[in-house]
Amino acid sequence: MTTYAMVIDTRTCIGCGDCVVACKNENKVPAGLNRDWVVEATRGEYPDLQTEFRSERCNHCGHATCVSSCPTGASHYWKDTNIVLVAEEKCTGCKACIAACPYDARLIMHPQGYVDKCTFCHHRVDQGLDPACVSSCPTHCMHFGMLDDRDSNVSRLLRERRHKVLLGETGNDPHVYYLL
Amino acid sequence: MKRREFLKISAALGAAGTMPTLLGGCAAKPLPGSGVVTTSPTICNMCFWQCAGTLYQEDGRPWKVVGHPDDPHCDGRLCTRGTGGIGAYLDPDRLRQPLLRVGKGGDQQFRAVSWEEAFDHIAQRMQAIAERHGKDRLALFSHGDGGNHFHRMLQAFGSHAYAHPSFAQCRGPRATAFALTYGESVGSPDRTDMGNSRCIVLIGSHIGENLHNSQVQSLARALDNGATLITVDPRFSVAASKSAHWLPIRPGTDIALLLAWMNVLINERLYDQDYVALHCNGFEQLVRHVQPFNPEWAYLETGIEPAKIRETARAMADAAPAALVHPGRHVTWYGDDTQRCRAIAILNALLGSWGRPGGFYSQEKVDLPEYPAPKPDKPATDWKAVLQPDFPLVGTGISNRLVERSVGADAFFKGWFVYATNLPMTLPGARDQIAAAAQSLDLVVVVDTMPAEITGFADVVLPECTYLERFDELRNKPERTPTLALRMPAFEPRYQSRPAWWMAKGIADRLGLGHYFPWQDLSEVLDWQLRQVGSSLDEMQKKGVKRFPRKGPIYFEPGRPIRFKTPSGKIELYSSLLADNGQDPLPRYTPPDRPPEGFFHLNYGRAPAHTFGRTINNPQLFELMPENAVWVHPSAAARLDIASGDYVALENPNGRRSNRVRVRVTERIRPDSVFLVHGFGHTDGRQRLARNVGADDADLMHNVKIDPIAGSTGMRASFVTLKRVGKGELT
Amino acid sequence: MIEEVLATARYNPKIDPTLGIWTWEISFYLFMGGMAAGIMLFAAWAVLSRKGDQLVFAHSRFALWAPVVLSLGMTTLFLDLEYKLHVFRFYTSLQATSPMSWGAWVLVLIYPLMIGQALSTLRQGYPMLAGLVNRVPGGGRVMRACEAQRRMIAWLVIPLAVCLGIYTGVLLSAFGARPFWNSGVLGLLFLISGMSTAAVLPILAGANPPERHFFEVVDIGLITAELVLIALLLINLATGGAQHIQALALVTGGQYTVPFWLWFVLPGLLVPVVFELVAARRYRWLGLTAAALVVYGGFMLRYLMVEIGQVSRWTDYAIQFDPQLLHRLVQ
Ligand SMILES: Nc1nc2c(c(=O)[nH]1)N[C@H]1C(S)=C(S)[C@@H](COP(=O)(O)OP(=O)(O)OC[C@H]3O[C@@H](n4cnc5c(=O)[nH]c(N)nc54)[C@H](O)[C@@H]3O)O[C@H]1N2
Ligand SMILES: Nc1nc2c(c(=O)[nH]1)N[C@H]1C(S)=C(S)[C@@H](COP(=O)(O)OP(=O)(O)OC[C@H]3O[C@@H](n4cnc5c(=O)[nH]c(N)nc54)[C@H](O)[C@@H]3O)O[C@H]1N2
Ligand code: SF4
Ligand code: SF4
Ligand code: SF4
Ligand code: SF4
Ligand code: SF4
Ligand SMILES: [Mo]
Repeated sequence: MTTYAMVIDTRTCIGCGDCVVACKNENKVPAGLNRDWVVEATRGEYPDLQTEFRSERCNHCGHATCVSSCPTGASHYWKDTNIVLVAEEKCTGCKACIAACPYDARLIMHPQGYVDKCTFCHHRVDQGLDPACVSSCPTHCMHFGMLDDRDSNVSRLLRERRHKVLLGETGNDPHVYYLL
Repeated sequence: MKRREFLKISAALGAAGTMPTLLGGCAAKPLPGSGVVTTSPTICNMCFWQCAGTLYQEDGRPWKVVGHPDDPHCDGRLCTRGTGGIGAYLDPDRLRQPLLRVGKGGDQQFRAVSWEEAFDHIAQRMQAIAERHGKDRLALFSHGDGGNHFHRMLQAFGSHAYAHPSFAQCRGPRATAFALTYGESVGSPDRTDMGNSRCIVLIGSHIGENLHNSQVQSLARALDNGATLITVDPRFSVAASKSAHWLPIRPGTDIALLLAWMNVLINERLYDQDYVALHCNGFEQLVRHVQPFNPEWAYLETGIEPAKIRETARAMADAAPAALVHPGRHVTWYGDDTQRCRAIAILNALLGSWGRPGGFYSQEKVDLPEYPAPKPDKPATDWKAVLQPDFPLVGTGISNRLVERSVGADAFFKGWFVYATNLPMTLPGARDQIAAAAQSLDLVVVVDTMPAEITGFADVVLPECTYLERFDELRNKPERTPTLALRMPAFEPRYQSRPAWWMAKGIADRLGLGHYFPWQDLSEVLDWQLRQVGSSLDEMQKKGVKRFPRKGPIYFEPGRPIRFKTPSGKIELYSSLLADNGQDPLPRYTPPDRPPEGFFHLNYGRAPAHTFGRTINNPQLFELMPENAVWVHPSAAARLDIASGDYVALENPNGRRSNRVRVRVTERIRPDSVFLVHGFGHTDGRQRLARNVGADDADLMHNVKIDPIAGSTGMRASFVTLKRVGKGELT
Repeated sequence: MIEEVLATARYNPKIDPTLGIWTWEISFYLFMGGMAAGIMLFAAWAVLSRKGDQLVFAHSRFALWAPVVLSLGMTTLFLDLEYKLHVFRFYTSLQATSPMSWGAWVLVLIYPLMIGQALSTLRQGYPMLAGLVNRVPGGGRVMRACEAQRRMIAWLVIPLAVCLGIYTGVLLSAFGARPFWNSGVLGLLFLISGMSTAAVLPILAGANPPERHFFEVVDIGLITAELVLIALLLINLATGGAQHIQALALVTGGQYTVPFWLWFVLPGLLVPVVFELVAARRYRWLGLTAAALVVYGGFMLRYLMVEIGQVSRWTDYAIQFDPQLLHRLVQ
């Protein structure tokens, strides 16, 4: 089992949305649909403020509720990894997986009605490349790699920096981490 | 009948296109890149930073653009707009064929014409102007790579006057101030060494929203390395949110803060004494000048606590010389902008950052010879001395001045070439003036890729192909490492669009000036030039980017005196040139105008998804940010009884009203200001995505402050109030 | 103040601004599924309790309604699928963790059973139909075999029908991602509600007075149980995490308060139970009205649950830009 993770540094993310455009191009995501998006979260009152930008996408959960709720096995883990994919030829478009994702990270994509989502760019990962969003980010605030490898960039960052995940309390075991 | 009515390029001419299928409904499978993938080098033209990149096609269809790893402008990564560049090529609303204004039964209309007819018409009118008024009566407005070809053609004809809005609406005061102080400008790309800075001070410049690529990257690197960021901005900008110190300054009072910082640095002896002694002139005058401006004084003007002013001054001094007070870029704010930029330049000198790691490095470019073509004659009289005698320190055209000199029957200018600049949205509050100029001009040629607001004033609209469909001149910019980069066509020009060089050459041919363009295709010029520096077009088509060795050191050598290109050969803290010209030789603070009761400061800036108005209709970027919203502080929103998502119109004290715009209530703005992202509010209906969305800040600017030194247009002294409108109204 | 906005426009259809994946098709399916379960249970009860002479309708005619009702529900379920050609994929695997997969297989088991149950009543209840079946080769034999195993079938029906009824609720409650659904009570609530809507069918179908009375009494019990379960559901939410409390707010002051209380609880549960308690025996039309309201209430329960559940969510990002503008992209 290989666990891939994305680690995003909120200290340097500027919310530019390059990751969003890069994903759309790379994966030919149709107009009007998004596999990733950027959230701007501001706390406090003028002039005592904090703003955090977060590039969000599927968390490639260790306990992916979308996979466990899929009645046909169309939603599945890629090879022996935590990368969650949808097998188009098995998908009925029942949308159970959409309802099952606490992150609302799925989308109905193809006009024929199969579900599509962030793939962690497994086609690039397969070639040893970073996902398209990661490799486009102008602030280099996104990192990608294997958690199992203690020496990987992502392992090191998570060891050294304070971080959080989104909605950890759902028990989904998400794998997009945000450095604080 | 009016000579020139504003014309919308009509639907009949536009030939309705549909969104390219590529953007809609592609199967996830086969996997991306599993087809036949080909690549070609390009230089991004989504803004003016000119990042080199690689365009990918899959099975002959556009796929993606990514940054070139060897390019110092982008370090392998394009920004949001660059990544969305294919959208400019695919945009179905692009200009498709040359258009000619024709009278028809008392009405004016555009008629699609052949290139021959368009060129003939232009040449004829140019000659008529030359006969009646003189050869020097055409002005060029240009903001983009292809403008040089028109410049050459016009110079050959005898018209030398030109202006880039990137001077008088953008960098002019900075260029002027740094030249006065250091004898050199900051350049573009800016020569800031942020990646190595220990402390960075941003005065307004909102890097992060301003996406100039390597600036963003080096700022991020500095943050990664733990640099202290100090941001002075009335708005909680993205940069402010990354800062150790955010100083939410009262708008327009920056010079007061800068003077107080100097006061602290000097009086606490925190400045770089060796550097000042070795390189600077006029220190004693500066010491005396800043004495009254202590932090307590500045507090009353800026609203920033004296303790905070001292703390931040010390933070800079601690990091100096790796302390960079960023010079900013769009600096035409309040009309005292050259003075503000001078204050920034002086502050940097006190910190000793110019020529030092973490401050400003020295730039070099490649010695690329010019193609051996005949040089146009020098003009008999200096047009600048004729047209802008009141700004003797300015070495380039002042766009707003050239427009002024085009209004009325006895105006100097009789014809315009407008290349890649959308003047009605670019010059503040100048729509009526541009319309009036268009009335009196005999010829207006607009070269654009899109039906923009300026095309409505044109006699002839020439459709340029996008950067992905053309060669341009080699990119040879001053940089850390001298570098050449190539833009070459990845696609055939769509429709009948053509590159600028082809148009300029075609017009020159008609005018009997063809010998100034002694080549068939621009690629011949590029190949010749490349061969002179040991490369070739062939090599560059494969490589895209080529680096060359530096000749000199990148920083000053310690302890060694430098000869600066100022009158005194020193860094002029006290500017002799300003004194000679009757201007304040040391920066003086002028309190800005305050908004009348019920009005807000109209603040504006960039959003990462767009470049001015030029990308709003780009389908890939529109999708990211389809409209601008007006930022309003919660206290103001409560007073006005408006909430996020409501629509309002902005109105200036002259009653000028904006298109309706969505409200965003946020703590990120001062209660006395509202904020708009510039570039929205397109009125040309042929931009099917961008038409009538959001508000245009330029049209609301009623209090434009002309800088007495640079002649530039201060754009931040305007005020607006908010009027509630219903949904659907005003669209 | 906390401001969480989408900095990049996002308007994924069916997800933004709130989930909108399921509409009336799924509500109707859940409603019909529950009703079919109830029908089967009462028909089985009539057999097992040996009250055939008293519960005439339930004993001999009711069972046939189940496959009809369920099939109608299945039809709308099919209509909801986005990729209809792939419907067979439900039956190329059994996904142990997916209630929907279990549901698909339960249906496979339950169909033969409910048809057997119906066949076992056919000659008594629908002689005409029985005649038709007889004409099918082997039809008569199967029918007689079912009659012979009538009690056996009834015994089997009880657990499977309970499964079916509960399943219609578990289908939703299993989605931890939708706080409003996320309650252990939902399965039981949907089962009870399914039984309640089934219980009033004989009344609407014109059963005789004693049978009507029987079902009225049963229904009063069921509705009471339903009210208790709804109270439990709300209490569950109130004692849950922040998301659950937010979800509860949807019906306690939020955008679904009026529909929930005024269009569902009041007319769908309270009014009919009061009618049944006080006056149904004296005024037949009141009994009929109460029964109709119960059916209505049963559907409203599903409809609102499906709606409110989708509006309740873990993430809550404000949308900065007018999503309508994105339509320009595809015009
Ligand atoms: N995405 C994107 N990036 C761009 C461009 C683009 O169109 N889109 N354009 C490029 C160009 S040509 C330029 S010139 C640059 C311009 O980019 P900058 O040089 O960064 O522009 P500024 O006008 O300095 O920055 C605007 C900021 O100034 C703040 N401000 C307003 N009034 C005051 C004031 O009185 N004092 C202070 N201290 N701050 C104030 C505003 O709140 C806002 O945050 O951006 C470049 N980058
Ligand atoms: N109100 C207000 N005014 C401002 C500013 C502001 O923030 N607010 N910013 C100021 C600044 S910093 C600057 S630098 C100026 C910029 O001012 P401009 O350069 O005028 O800005 P754009 O809106 O990008 O207009 C460029 C035009 O070029 C066209 N174009 C794009 N690509 C090509 C091409 O490849 N070929 C040709 N021929 N045309 C092309 C576009 O369609 C568009 O019509 O504006 C200044 N004016
Ligand atoms: S590209 Fe990088 S900096 Fe920009 S929004 Fe995405 S993660 Fe943040
Ligand atoms: S984030 Fe959602 S879609 Fe992605 S794996 Fe987790 S549950 Fe599935
Ligand atoms: S929509 Fe497709 S992937 Fe999602 S649960 Fe249904 S069958 Fe599985
Ligand atoms: S990992 Fe790939 S699919 Fe996922 S958001 Fe990034 S670019 Fe898109
Ligand atoms: S900064 Fe961005 S838009 Fe400008 S040239 Fe570079 S990649 Fe293109
Ligand atoms: Mo600019």
